[in-house]
Amino acid sequence: MAVEASSVPAPAQAKDQGAARHPWLRVLSTAARTPRGAVGLALASLIVLVAIIGPFVSPGSPDALATVTFVKPSGQFPLGSDFLGRDVLSRVLNGGWELLLMAAAATAFGIIVGTAAGVSAAYRRGRADGFIMRTVDVILAFPQLVFALLLVSILGPRLWLIVIAVGLSHAPQVARVTRSATLDVTERDFVKVAELQGMRSSKVMIREILPNLISPLMVEAGLRLTYSIVIMAGLSFLGFGQQPPAANWGLMINENRIGLQLNPWAVIVPAALIALLTIGTNTFTDAVARVTLGVDRLPEEAVLTDDLGLGRTT
Amino acid sequence: MAVTAAPAKPQAARGEPHPIATLVARRVAAGFITLLVVSAIVFLATQVLPGNAAYAVLGRGANPVRLHALERQLHLNRSIAEQYWTWLSGLLSGKLGTSLANGQPLWALVEPRLVNSAVLVFLTGAIGSIIGVALGAVAALRKDSWFDHITSVTTLAVTSLPEFVVAITLIILLATVVSHLLPAVSLLPPGTYAWSQPRLLILPVGTLVIVIVPYIFRMMRAAMIEALESDYVEMARLKGVPEWQIVLAHALPNAIAPTIQVIGLNFLYLAGGVVVVEFVFNFPGIGQGLVFAVQNRDIPVIQFIVLVLAAFYVVMNILTDVIALLATPRRRIAR
Repeated sequence: MAVEASSVPAPAQAKDQGAARHPWLRVLSTAARTPRGAVGLALASLIVLVAIIGPFVSPGSPDALATVTFVKPSGQFPLGSDFLGRDVLSRVLNGGWELLLMAAAATAFGIIVGTAAGVSAAYRRGRADGFIMRTVDVILAFPQLVFALLLVSILGPRLWLIVIAVGLSHAPQVARVTRSATLDVTERDFVKVAELQGMRSSKVMIREILPNLISPLMVEAGLRLTYSIVIMAGLSFLGFGQQPPAANWGLMINENRIGLQLNPWAVIVPAALIALLTIGTNTFTDAVARVTLGVDRLPEEAVLTDDLGLGRTT
Repeated sequence: MAVTAAPAKPQAARGEPHPIATLVARRVAAGFITLLVVSAIVFLATQVLPGNAAYAVLGRGANPVRLHALERQLHLNRSIAEQYWTWLSGLLSGKLGTSLANGQPLWALVEPRLVNSAVLVFLTGAIGSIIGVALGAVAALRKDSWFDHITSVTTLAVTSLPEFVVAITLIILLATVVSHLLPAVSLLPPGTYAWSQPRLLILPVGTLVIVIVPYIFRMMRAAMIEALESDYVEMARLKGVPEWQIVLAHALPNAIAPTIQVIGLNFLYLAGGVVVVEFVFNFPGIGQGLVFAVQNRDIPVIQFIVLVLAAFYVVMNILTDVIALLATPRRRIAR
């Protein structure tokens, strides 16, 4: 942080608290108006829309054995059929929402746990700090996907378990980011004033410190969401997510790749949806990072200042 | 940190220990402790939590007699601390035990996989680093040119792609639907290593290179731009040093220093990234071995592979920190 400090203007919304009630909304709308942000948001929204509305507009049942295996696209089956002869379009339309829900839940879980750990480590210092950061080191020693696989291997592929595993594997990075941001905030006068007024430390953390962490947290949440989607889809692809006969984009790619020569669309369409979704969330996050950090700074660059890890460990 | 400070003490008696030596000693000690805790977690998680390994192998309707026999074979009837000690000392003395799935000795099962994955990871790391550094340097030198814009936007898009999407795209383009230039699966005959059939390595390595290059590229570009705008480059220009010499002798080495850390982080990423890519291509490495072991609930194999991956992670982390420390004079003083 120290190296960059001069070139990074302090996030505007931290100061003028009276200017807008929800300064983070202003950051999001500013980001959405940049070319990058607009493209990212449009892509991500489109895919999310497909996933949410999909089940309602699906032409048939995703599970019905409608025809023979790997039929090429036709009027009746616009995307052809899959390895069991099910309608690919219906499966695509039904196969996204659960993936998205799990990714969102894992992100939320990771952000909450990580923020709680990071803020209390930085605010309480001393032994609590040491303990929390050593725990972070230990969890970081597991590649994220491996961490999830380890838990799944013990308890079996249960969806809540996967959400918790992926969320927990995010927590260390989130804790690092919030810890370093909190260390800066605790030095400010308003925190000192609150302490002198005898405010309880838990209240200081929630009322005084947390609102000032919103901008690093927004960028972090965006990154984590992208990685969650990647890991969730990856686990499904490996066969450890939703179990057959569930329709799931990751699972569909694995199930139908034996028929690539016959009906490539059963693989291409779910793969493209996942790709466009992650490109969308990542591009929008990049735009938000540019707005909040004020300069052309990369998330990866922050690694050097121990703010952020690469985190992309699937 | 009190524990990790200890190794530095004997040196202090002889005089001022070199600050870097102290730092390295601390990192190594901390890494060792982390690994010990990781091993305990892996062990506890897989061995003790729900039911036990014997149940996992024999299933729910297990015959009690066989269950007891297997429990004894796996030492499950002893205390947890004893079990952990048996396992850990076994690992350290090279007695890794046997796979539960087929009764083969674990080392014979894992050794070729380890070698194959190592080939995959280091080949990818080397090729990816060279491409990333070169592209990043060129983009920085031609900042705001069309080359810079195209590479920057492309890498931003690619950074977020899951490995298996990249892998499937390559398979569609090069191995199945569009053309048949390369094999779609990297099945190796048993008993052979990855280097015996370089053709089979192209797609797995290519996939992982595509996944890691954007990160290295973006870091290199940013660092190179910063270096080119720095005072010492300005100074060299004023002294009339030729431009190519400025780039090669002044800007490049200073830009590579921070990039090394990102390269290290990409090696860390590869520890997890091999899992999906090896699975896609049926490449017989430890990633695929882990997936198979999880499918079969082959607990000794899971324990060992997870521990190997974690050890790789911790060691690479330390290496990266040390190299970055040595490469950046500023940081040597700062800490």
